[in-house]
Formats: sequence, C-alpha cells, structure tokens
Amino acid sequence: MEAFPRHVSPRPHGLAAPHLGLRPNMPGAVGHDLLTRPQGQAGGPPHDKIDPFARRVSMALLPHHPHTQGSSRFNIKKPPSDYKALPLLKDASAAEKPSLFMKKIDQACFVFDFDDPMSDIKSKEIKRAALNEIVEHITTAKGALTEPVYSELIRMVRVNAFRTLPPSDAPEFDPDEDEPPVEATWPHLELVYMALLRFLECQELQTTLAKRFIDQSFVLNVLELFDSEDPRERDMLKTILHRIYGKFLGLRAYIRKQINNIFLRFVYETEKFNGVAELLEILGSIINGFALPLKTEHKQFLLKVLLPLHKTKALMHYQAQLAYCIVQFLEKDPTLTEPVISGMLKYWPKTNSPKEVMFLGELEEILDIVDPAQFTKFQEQLFKQLAKCVSSPHFQVAERALYFWNNEYVVSLIEENSEVALPLMFDALYRISKEHWNKTIVALVYNVLKTMMSINSKLFDDLTNSYKADKQKEKKKEQDREELWKQLDRLKLEFDTKLGQSTSQATGTGVPSVGPSQQKTS
Amino acid sequence: LQMAHDGTEGSLYPIAVLIDELRNDDVQLRLNSIRKLSTIALALGDERTRSELLPFLTDTLDDDDEVLWALAEQLGDKDFVVLVGGPEYAHTLLPPLESLATVEETVVRDKAVESLRSVAEHHSKAHVEEYFVPMIKRLATGEWFTSRTSACGLFSVVYANCTPSTKQDLRTAFRALCGDDTPMVRRAAAAKLGELAKVMEPENVKQDLMGMFHTLANDEQDSVRLLAVEACAAISSLLSKEDIEQLIIPIINAAAKDKSWRVRYMVADKFSELQKTVGPELTKINLVYAFASLLKDPEAEVRAATSNRLKDFCSSLGEEYRQEAILTQIMPCIQQLATDTNQHVKSALASVIMSLSPIVGKESTIEHLLPLFLIQLKDECPEVRLNIISSLESVNKVIGISQLSQSLLPAIVELAEDTKWRVRLAIIEYIPLLAEQLGVEVFEEKLNNLCMQWLIDNVFAIREAATVNVRNLVEKFGSDWARVSILPKVLNMSQDSNYLHRMTTLFAVNLLVDVCTPDVIRTSMLPVVLKLGQDNVANVKFNVAKTLTKIAKRVDVSAVKSEIIPVMEKLAADTDPDVKYFATEALSEARALVK
Repeated sequence: MEAFPRHVSPRPHGLAAPHLGLRPNMPGAVGHDLLTRPQGQAGGPPHDKIDPFARRVSMALLPHHPHTQGSSRFNIKKPPSDYKALPLLKDASAAEKPSLFMKKIDQACFVFDFDDPMSDIKSKEIKRAALNEIVEHITTAKGALTEPVYSELIRMVRVNAFRTLPPSDAPEFDPDEDEPPVEATWPHLELVYMALLRFLECQELQTTLAKRFIDQSFVLNVLELFDSEDPRERDMLKTILHRIYGKFLGLRAYIRKQINNIFLRFVYETEKFNGVAELLEILGSIINGFALPLKTEHKQFLLKVLLPLHKTKALMHYQAQLAYCIVQFLEKDPTLTEPVISGMLKYWPKTNSPKEVMFLGELEEILDIVDPAQFTKFQEQLFKQLAKCVSSPHFQVAERALYFWNNEYVVSLIEENSEVALPLMFDALYRISKEHWNKTIVALVYNVLKTMMSINSKLFDDLTNSYKADKQKEKKKEQDREELWKQLDRLKLEFDTKLGQSTSQATGTGVPSVGPSQQKTS
Repeated sequence: LQMAHDGTEGSLYPIAVLIDELRNDDVQLRLNSIRKLSTIALALGDERTRSELLPFLTDTLDDDDEVLWALAEQLGDKDFVVLVGGPEYAHTLLPPLESLATVEETVVRDKAVESLRSVAEHHSKAHVEEYFVPMIKRLATGEWFTSRTSACGLFSVVYANCTPSTKQDLRTAFRALCGDDTPMVRRAAAAKLGELAKVMEPENVKQDLMGMFHTLANDEQDSVRLLAVEACAAISSLLSKEDIEQLIIPIINAAAKDKSWRVRYMVADKFSELQKTVGPELTKINLVYAFASLLKDPEAEVRAATSNRLKDFCSSLGEEYRQEAILTQIMPCIQQLATDTNQHVKSALASVIMSLSPIVGKESTIEHLLPLFLIQLKDECPEVRLNIISSLESVNKVIGISQLSQSLLPAIVELAEDTKWRVRLAIIEYIPLLAEQLGVEVFEEKLNNLCMQWLIDNVFAIREAATVNVRNLVEKFGSDWARVSILPKVLNMSQDSNYLHRMTTLFAVNLLVDVCTPDVIRTSMLPVVLKLGQDNVANVKFNVAKTLTKIAKRVDVSAVKSEIIPVMEKLAADTDPDVKYFATEALSEARALVK
C-alpha cells in the first residue's frame, strides 16, 4: 500500500493502520478487522483470539511442564537392583543403630530423576522414608551424631542439593502475578534440607568437627542455591544459612563477602537473582548484631553494596527487607544518614513512577528515625528532591510526597528548618497549586501551603511577594545561558572548519587524530 | 598544530561561567553541557583546559551516572586530544578517566575503559611508560573491585609498546587479577585474556598466560569458567598443533563435560570457532565425540545451541573422514533430536537439518535424512514444520522435492490453516517457491484453493500477503495462466457484499497490473474496476481512483480517454472529501498521460 500523499484522512485506508477507526455509518462495515470477527461470509480458516503482538519467546525455552523446575542434573542413573527398603531404625537394637543409620544416609545419596514423575516410584518412596527417618533420628536420638555421620551427612546434602540451577523457564516471571515454578525434586530435597537443619540445630553438634565439612566451598554452594526459583527452597536455605552464620564464627566474614559478591553481580552484571530478599533478611539480623563503633568494612558494605541495590528495576521484590537493613544501620550510627540519603538521591528513579513512590516511602521511614542534627546536613538536597516529587505530573508520586506533611515528626523537622525548607519548596508548591491537573493534589497542596504559612508566615509572605520577580530573574538567567551557548557554538563551528581544512592540508603527518566525521563545511 | 583560540581570547569566557554550566542544578542541563565539553574546552584554550578544566572534572566526579557516562565518552573523543594540545599532552586526559574507571556503575566504567583505550593510541612509547603503565598498576591494585575490573581491559592496548621489564610487570599484575578474590574481577580478566594473548610474545603465551588460563578455566564459579571457554579460540590460534593438543584440547573436553550447563552451553555456542582454530585433524580425534555428547546433553538449552552449530560443524570436518564421522557419530544423535521432548530443540534442528543434505550427498540424504524430514514435517509444533519448509531449497538441489511432496502437501495445507496468523503469513512466503518446484499442475490441484482462501482471510496482513503471493505466482506462470486460473476468482470477489473483499480485489489488481499483459488488463480487469467506481463505500471508491491511476499507465491512450477518465471525473465530483481528493489526484495524472 502506498501512503497518503501529504493528506491524512481519518478513514480506514486498507485497514493497515490499527489506530484508524471506522465511520460508524459506513455500509457493510464489519468493524475493525484486526480486532473483531467478521460478520457472515468472510471465510478463511477458523481463528484464534487474534493476538498479533504476543510476546515472542526466542531462546528462552518454553517448558513442557510450565511450573516445574528441572534440576539440570548430569548422569542420572537408574537405581541399582539392590535398592531395597532397610529395616526401620526404631526397630533396630542400640548396637545396630549406628551402622543402620549410616546405611540410610548412604541410601539417601542416590539421586533420582524427577523429570519423569512415573519412573522408579517405589525406590523414590524408599528414599523418602529413609530421609524421614534420618531427620527423626537426628532430632530425637541421643548420640546420633557420631564422627562418621558428619562427613556422610554432608556428602548426602552435597549430592542431593548442590546442583547448577537449570535455565529459567519463565524469563518474564513476575512473582506478584505468576505462580512460582516449583523444584521437581522437592519431595526429597525438602527432607534433605530438613536433615541438614536438624543437624545444625542439634545440641550435640561439635562445630570444631563440623567445620571440616561445612567449609567455604559448602557455604558458597549454599549461597548459589538462593537463586532457586522455588520460594520454598529459598526459605529453607535462609534458615540454614542463618544457623551456619550463628554457629560457625570462622565462616562469618566469608559469608558476608560472598553475599556482597552476589549483590554486586546482581546490581552491576545480571539484574537477575531470585534470593535477594532472603539474603537481605538474613543480613538484617546480622547487622542487628554488629558491634559499635561500626567497622569500616561494614560501612562500606552499606554504602557500596546495599545502597546500589536501589538501582535495579526489581527493587519492589526486596524493598521492605532492604529498608529494614538500612534503618538498622542508621539506628546504630546516625552519622551514616547523610551518605545514605545522598546515595538514595543519586539513584532516584527518573521515569519509573511506582519505584519513585517506593523511594518516598523508604525516605519517610528513614526520616522517622533521623537525628535533627544529622537532618541539617542533607536537608537542602532532600528538599530539592521533594520539590521535584510534589510537582510530579504522576499524581501518585505527588500524593506520596505531599503525605510527608501528615507525618508529625517530619513536619517538626521542617518547622525547625523553615528558613531552608521554605525557599526550596515554595516555588514548586505555589506552581502546582495553580496548575496540577489532579484535584486531590491541588487540595493537598493547599493544606501544605497552609501549614507552611503557619510555620513561618513572614518568610511565606516574602516568598509570595517575590515569586514573580524571581521568575523574571530566572528567565533572564536562562536567556544569558542561551546567549553564551550561541557564542560557544559559533566558536566551535569555526574551529571545526579550520580543523577540517588543516587536516586536508596536512597529508597524513601532523594531525592524524581528526576523522572526516568531524569536518564541517559552513 | 593550530588552535583556533588561545589563552588571550579564552578570557572572553571566564572559567567560572563555564564551570557553572557543568554544575547546573538541573541534571538535564548538566548533561547538555557535558555533551558539549569539547566546545567548553575550545573556549578555554588548550592550556587552561589542561590546568583548570581537567583538574576540575577529576575532582567533582560525584554526579549522576548518565552525566559521568557522557563525560567518559567526551574525554575519549579523538578530537579531545587536539583540544588539550595534541598527542604530547594526551596523558593529561588520564586522571579524570582513571577516576571514572573506578566508579560503581558498569556502563560508566566500561565507557571510561573504552576511552582510555583510545587515548592510549595517542601516547608515545615514553609516555606509555611514564603515565599509562603506572595508571594501570594503580587500577590493578585498587582497593575496591571496580578499579581492578577496569584495569583488565587496559593491558592489551599498551603491552606491545613496553620495555621487556615493564612487560614482565604487566604480566605479573595480570596474573594477580586472574586470581583475584572477587569473581567480578576474575570474570573481567577471563574476558580480556584472549586479546592480551594476541599481543604477547609466543613464548610468554605458552609459559605465562597458559597458567593464568588454567586457573580461570578451573575457577569455582561457572560464570568465570564459561568466559575462559571464550578465550580458548583466541589463545589456540597462537599455539602450535602439539601445544593445542596438550594444552587446549583437555580444557575444551572438560568444559564440554562441565557440571554447569552454562559452561556447556558456551562450548556449544562457540564450537565453530573452537573447531576452526583446532583444525580438522585434531577435531577428528578429539572434538567429534565432544560435539556428539553436547547433542545429547541433558539440558535442552545446550542441545538447541549445539543443534544450531550442526551445519558449520559438519561442513568443517576434514573431507577424508567427514562422511564416516557424520554417519557413525552424529547421525544417531540427530535421529534422537528429531523426536526431542523440547520443541525448541526440534525447531533448532529443523532449521539446520536440511542444510546437511548437500554435505552428506544424495544417497545418505535419502537413507538417513529423508525419514527425519518426514518426521519433522509432521511435528506437532508449527515452528518445526515451518523451519523445514523454509529450507526446502537446499534439499531440492540434492534429491529433488518430489521425494517429499507426499508429506509436504498435507503439512503445507495444515500450516496454511494454522490458527496463528503469523504462521499462515510465514507459509505464504514460500508458496511461489513451492509452486515452481511442484509445477503448474500439482499447484492447481492442491494449492490454488489455499491461495484464494488467504485472499478472504480475516486478518489484513494475510490478505495483503496473499495479494503479493498471487502477483508472484502470475510472474512465474504467466499472464495467460492468470487469466484462466486466478483472475476469475479474484475479480469475482468484487461482487461480494463485504466491502473488505471488494477492496481485496482492488489491491490484487493493483499488483497484478505490473505482471499482466495490457490486453488482459484491458479486457478482464478494467471493466471490473470501473464498475467498482459506482460502489457505495467511500473506501472502495478512492481505492478505485488509485488503482485506475496504475492501470492508466499500462493500457493504451484511447482506453484512458474513453473509459478511465470519465469514471475518474465522476469520482472527483463525489460528495466524500477523501474520494474527491484521490480522484482529483488520479485525474491530473491520467490527463498528463493523455496529453
């Protein structure tokens, strides 16, 4: 189809452009072809719900079972023929128990193929029962943890749980909307984790012995599993890691460092990691236990690792946990408030309004605990940002910012610093009271203006009176800027022309660095 | 070198004013100013740029990432070297870029490194030693991982220009980065290993770099190991055959069996490059098996990636063993892939399997591949079938399409009626090719009806493609065929009560005019179009005006005068403004023809 020459008609022209509407009185019109079914005789094949712009999933492989997560295991084997149920532990004599327990653990080391739910059902059930017994035995039996059990049990955990997570089946997965994918091996895996957890929680656990097996590589594997898409697995891992952090003092620094690496990779490289919220939850309680004064390492962690977590578009999935961590830090050391606020202002969302609302929420959380002396250190940048937020054309952003005036403590801070706050905020408030499109916002702004007036009526009047003059001054300044740049641009043009000439003259020697793209002729 | 303005005139623009521009409260304005940094530098002149502007920029780097990115870009611009006073002052650009290379945000750092790499080119050997290398060393030993990550990308640009002892230092520094504590740094080192190898002396590649390579290829993190796979190809291109066999092959084999599917995926993805550098002889002994095992990988993603490399792999095998290797080792895997549980694997296979046909020759194609084509042609997933059909041409050359036609036609018919319009659209594109290969008779018997059916499809994109298809068919089979087989049906639609179908007639005529003889146009098409001029739908009428314009150019003047112009005139007097507009346009063109 050729396009309309210079004349744009509102008529559906061959129906090529979906935004053009049909004239209602058009005879024979069947409505929009792309959107509705034709009436009567238009033949052709039977049709789908027409969805011309469905998401095209390219290499992201569609799952054949949409909600199970395979385990990407290598070399799955059939169970050996002697994979039979062993006698029950509770029926064994005290002398037999230790060796039977070891046998059960060994049996649990065999890993089954769960991609095919129908395979080896009997053997899978044997393993499940054995795992249940193992959990039970560790929890209840005295002296269950003999020395050989340590290495065998950890081996069992490693072979069952430590695996490379499979490629994500649902690249556009939205935790709020979609059912999370589930780990296929969960019937066994859950019990494996449970056994580990009971082991870690056992009164009789000797950490000096256990640390030979629960070492850095073990912890690193555990941390990588936090990327699992199955929330049940992540939740289990959270408790496990917490116990390890609590009992193995020698691993603490290593755990923190590896979490740092995971976060940094998440923020700066992949933007994909499923367990950020869970790790932050653990960190929340770790931070809670930091001794005062805070070590440089911990401060660096706050400013260089936690704050950048505000950058990602996935913030909403862990914002609550992140805010908790940050508030923990600030309660311990109020002098960190200023760098934290500057950091947040630096990462302030520019186009993502829901995220901006979240930032405002977190900001208020921080202001709630701020020390008035600290407040003065960053109030200017803060008020400038608030002025931008209240004048946001997105009414939810504006509304959230204006709600700050419903917070008594925040208002008291503003009150104390009205000489700074008023001049910075006045412009924006005054302007939107006149021109915001949303009535609720205008009403809220009137209230805020009233509050401001009552806080410092003298200054308020001055600002009202000088509003126009200030606008004029700004305009003048703007003109000066434009003039300056006009001059500069002329200068640049001259230079470029000259440079262009000199390169064409200098044959390959003197100035090799100026390419033809920069040459201009005027 | 001439500067347009030196210090004396620079005073016209006091630095304070210019710096104010770079400090404006509004990020957008600041960004605008930074983007014109070269203009500001020009206004200041080279001396003050060096002594005032650059130090200012170095000191005030705490800004929005977007501003910093723009700054990094500006400083790396090749013209900026001129603005600081030419190559002998290029080193003055290093301090601000060095700071930018340490910031948190990856894109800023990457840009800074890119700029540093281009600034390095302007350094003399002496300045490389005096300024650039010390900067690399500072970055490589920086406290925070960001500076060490950036350092990795700078070694290769200056290495060749250094003295032997500096080279030694650089190698030591790079080795330290390969064993860094932070995986981010090791990843950066792994990613840059290949380019560093290329500028290193062969003996040092073997002695020094291979050690680093080994460390990275055995890293505890799969994200590092997979980058080492990437470096494999670059490094092995520098080694002798014996060294490749001893040093590289074991690493490739280990990576192909890595416990992480990401690493195996990378091997699959880079297989062609690896195969090329390793050479056909070593491939035979060592890589055919690895490739076959990747085709059988438990992870669908890996199987699909490997399938995509099938053609390249097979065609690069040494001729003397190609047939045998393909038939004994690869073919069994392909047979399994044809019935894979994952549709993306099948579809990846379907997109390359036909291209194996010329490689294995006629007999093997018939014996081994043909059954698989037939299986895939009946696959439940339309994408698989479509991929087979879209590469029919390569098979046609080897065994002819007739072997397939039995299965082909039902597959085409089914795709032609698929519920997804994109599938229908895709199959339409192949119809002219199929028609040609099947011949007029088979086409008329089996496919002609489909082509007509598409003309009344309820998705516009299909109807549009169908008209183009009809045009292409006529081009292949000729005007006479069109008159007998196509036109009656197309023109009959002009009497349909649905105006969309009447418009389809017009669109089809519009295209057919180009490929039919004037005689056919005049006798068959023109009367129908003229009649549509009396339609009661405005859309039909203004399309008549447009179509008539095209017809007018293809028939003789008398017809234009006696038949076309009168209708156009009538339309030009229509009450509808759009009909009027197009008819008037058409009329002026037609009148020009008559003159």
